[in-house]
Amino acid sequence: MDVKTVHGFVGNKLSFADASADAGLKLAEAMDAEALIAKVSASGLRGRGGAGFPTGMKWKFARAETRTPKYIICNADEGEPGTFKDRLILTDFPDLVFAGMAVAGKAAGAEKGILYLRAEYAWLRPHLEEVLERRRKAGLLGAAILGNKAFSFDVEIRMGSGAYICGEETALIESLEGKRGEARNRMPFPVQAGYLGLPTVVNNVETFAWVPCILQMGPEWFSSMGTQKSPGARLFSVSGDCTRPGVYEYPFGTALRRLLADVGGENAKAVQVGGASGVCVPSAQFDRKLAFEDLATGGSIIVFGQERDMFAVAENFQHFFAEESCGQCVPCRIGNVRLHEAIVRMREDGLDVDTARTLRQLAATMQAASKCGLGQSSPNAFLSILDNFAGDLPPRKQ
Amino acid sequence: MTVETVAITIDGKELKVAPGTTILQAARKAGLHIPTLCHHDDLCTEALAASGRGKVTAPSNCRLCLVEVEGQRTLQASCALPITGPMTVRTTSTAIRHARRDILELMMSEHYGDCAVCRRNGTCELQQLCAEYGVDTERFGRPEAPLFALENSDNIIVRDMNKCVLCRRCIRTCALYQGVSALTSEGRGDHSGITTFMDREMMDAWCINCGQCVNRCPTGALTERDDTPDIWLAIEDPDKIVVIQTAPAPRAAVGELFGCEPGTPLTFQMNTALKRCGFDKVFDTNFSADLTILEEGAELISRLYKAVVLKDNNAALPQFTSCSPGWIKFIEHFYPDYLPHLSSAKSPQQMMGAVIKTYLAEKNGWDPSKIVSVSLMPCTAKKFEAARPEMDSSGFRDVDYALTTREIARMFKQAGIDLPNLEKSSFDDPFGIPTGSGVIFAATGGVMEAALRTVIEVVTGEKVESLFDKANIVPVRGIEGVRVAEVTIDKVGPVPAILSHLVPDFEWLRGVTVKVAMAHGTANAIRVMQDIQEGGPLSQCHFIEFMACPGGCLGGGGQPIPTSAEIRAARAKAIYGEDAAYAVRKSHENEDVLRIYREFFKEGPCSHKSHELLHTHYTERG
Repeated sequence: MDVKTVHGFVGNKLSFADASADAGLKLAEAMDAEALIAKVSASGLRGRGGAGFPTGMKWKFARAETRTPKYIICNADEGEPGTFKDRLILTDFPDLVFAGMAVAGKAAGAEKGILYLRAEYAWLRPHLEEVLERRRKAGLLGAAILGNKAFSFDVEIRMGSGAYICGEETALIESLEGKRGEARNRMPFPVQAGYLGLPTVVNNVETFAWVPCILQMGPEWFSSMGTQKSPGARLFSVSGDCTRPGVYEYPFGTALRRLLADVGGENAKAVQVGGASGVCVPSAQFDRKLAFEDLATGGSIIVFGQERDMFAVAENFQHFFAEESCGQCVPCRIGNVRLHEAIVRMREDGLDVDTARTLRQLAATMQAASKCGLGQSSPNAFLSILDNFAGDLPPRKQ
Repeated sequence: MTVETVAITIDGKELKVAPGTTILQAARKAGLHIPTLCHHDDLCTEALAASGRGKVTAPSNCRLCLVEVEGQRTLQASCALPITGPMTVRTTSTAIRHARRDILELMMSEHYGDCAVCRRNGTCELQQLCAEYGVDTERFGRPEAPLFALENSDNIIVRDMNKCVLCRRCIRTCALYQGVSALTSEGRGDHSGITTFMDREMMDAWCINCGQCVNRCPTGALTERDDTPDIWLAIEDPDKIVVIQTAPAPRAAVGELFGCEPGTPLTFQMNTALKRCGFDKVFDTNFSADLTILEEGAELISRLYKAVVLKDNNAALPQFTSCSPGWIKFIEHFYPDYLPHLSSAKSPQQMMGAVIKTYLAEKNGWDPSKIVSVSLMPCTAKKFEAARPEMDSSGFRDVDYALTTREIARMFKQAGIDLPNLEKSSFDDPFGIPTGSGVIFAATGGVMEAALRTVIEVVTGEKVESLFDKANIVPVRGIEGVRVAEVTIDKVGPVPAILSHLVPDFEWLRGVTVKVAMAHGTANAIRVMQDIQEGGPLSQCHFIEFMACPGGCLGGGGQPIPTSAEIRAARAKAIYGEDAAYAVRKSHENEDVLRIYREFFKEGPCSHKSHELLHTHYTERG
């Protein structure tokens, strides 16, 4: 794949820049729900928020539910540290997102859409409301989209209040219902009983943005990129110790090394893939592939240079989780506090074998026993740093 | 007709369950044990879920009930996973064993306090789980100093947040089960906590003191104020006459704290134990319960007369009972406009207190200032009631201390008393006749039944047995949250002398259908009040019994822990059993009550003197 021009940056061009939201929407208007779902399923599009659930399948489940009204929710909470690609999409390609939401509405049988916008992006709201108003006036949103009385869909913007946990879809829904942003039990799933107990599709900003592109260019165009398990391309937000940070698009299956070369981070000591809840990759593993089956990520890539103390990074991430845990369940709430304290201690005193064993056991319990993805993934960064960078710790004090 | 079932396997055992059954429910049916902590049978129900959080039944936040479900990457909370299709479940595995230990040790790492000197030593669920799962290490440490300051010890509901495991049973009890919402979650992450609005002390929040939160707290985080040190001091003071009145509900439950099955009445053994502790007199609150029936029944007849004959729109019907102090504080906060509907009659506790320091003091030649009047109640709100400023019509604090069943059990144990094996002894005169009408006050519907037994006989002149077999007014009994019943007055008799100052005759009641309702648990009180506000069927009732606690007083906030629907049912069985066995079962046949009207009040109920001592007023609290 050739290096293309980055939208706004030199080096990498985004597919979104070539796509027409309205072309995709027009195609959708003429298709029935089953055909829409088939097209999206054929593309292999998986959620771009990080969890990667097949989008077509999610819409199919929602369509099968009979209770109404149904809801399409765009998760614009973008809380994972190091992720800012949705910010760019909402700034520069909001039409794609809103067209994608309308298509999802047609597929699932929903007429109501909600964009849950993180509080830190409140400055984007006037711009987004203008876009919505413009689309309504142009008949691309509202009661009869493109003149089709059977195709009704509108979007309401609702604000988050600054909690990382509200990027988790069930905590997001709780927040929309005016309650504490706390994750629910996995079952029933939001497609069965979500917002207000009604069938709800929650998708990431980027997921929606790909939908009109897939309709316009065809599902084969999309699935021809990427890998068999991770079709298509995705946006990566790259930051940290590199000369060309920014938003880049790569097909899945791209090697981390390739990305680092493009962003000027070849000399990295480590790369945190997937934000605070992701894994820390040492340079020996830079040939690994960015894909769900290898290095999974919701887009966050943070580059750490040679001078970085990786346990300072671990301490920072663990402190983040201790603060951002919703606090409901024991393994996450207390586990993250104890883990953070332990990291602070080991940076002073080093780490002995017994403590390491206890902490690995604690991490395993947090991964297996926490109520939601936050708790389940909160020890991951620490574990990968412990596995790969134990040399950054001082020797064990006697 | 075939019922759709799902086949699952738990630990190799095949089961067929109805869809929607949780793994925990299925396991329990099959006799398989899965530990829980935040789960509570009263709180993890479909009904409660429907009232608040959509389809979520159990909060599943302690993560102790985890099981392995084949095909799932993470462990699953069995309390919250509904079975919708075939599944293979394992309740034990290496991951589960490690997770349980880690979770318990994580809880202990934030638990400041010494079991040996904790109120819940021996009954604490955290302690029990640590013992059951062999927790013998503190790999995550213990706090070396308290993380939270203790609150003012004058609070009736005392919170020690150093012992809180954030299971949230208290919040779910207060907000969902009782509908009061005095407690809530605050903060997140390492700042997570449970508190009141604006972090007020419990006594300054709109807590109604019902104590249901204390009943469900698994640890010593929530307890009631301990008044027993003051009682021992009074008993040890040779100058003081320490008398105690005992309510019916504690008697059917105190045995649970001595290893007895729920529903083992120890009424007369308890009298012996109290004397052995050093109480000078032991009286039966049944006396003043019967007194309450006469006062409140007379008041009801007056209001009915006002409404039916005088056509007075301010007759304040339906009349609400006023013996539940949790309910009183509740209506004072939430429905202050409806205070005129409350009966002005005091509760049995307070009536007894008033007559002890007047009638009894006179009769026995006691100096009332030397009397320490104590009550044994299933209730935490009675502590608040005893301290209400207006409860001093005797010229002194009518009741000095209200003790809970739990406190009295502690006193018995401190005195080395083996309660179940004591010999029985009777109550003391002149408040010593145990009556069925008094004893059923402990159950939801009991106050209504006692009132109807008297009102029906007084108005019709016929025995209530002619209408209801054995005088058991079954239509008012039961455990549904809101119940209605009606009785049509077919015939009337003459007005008895004791009520002749109130109404000239009962002709105006001939053919009238008296409509009554009963509600227990304040969430059900809300349903009733909303219906009344909307002019619904309950607004047409004449008399409504409200009890703040589920099951009535037998489920009171001061009763033994734990509580459950089965335990409350067993206690209710004991209560109705005592009722059936007593010789006197109607309030107007209690000789002690008739005597006090003759000798002391000199007039009937709701007359001037009885009004002074036995009636009260309420406070708008908003």
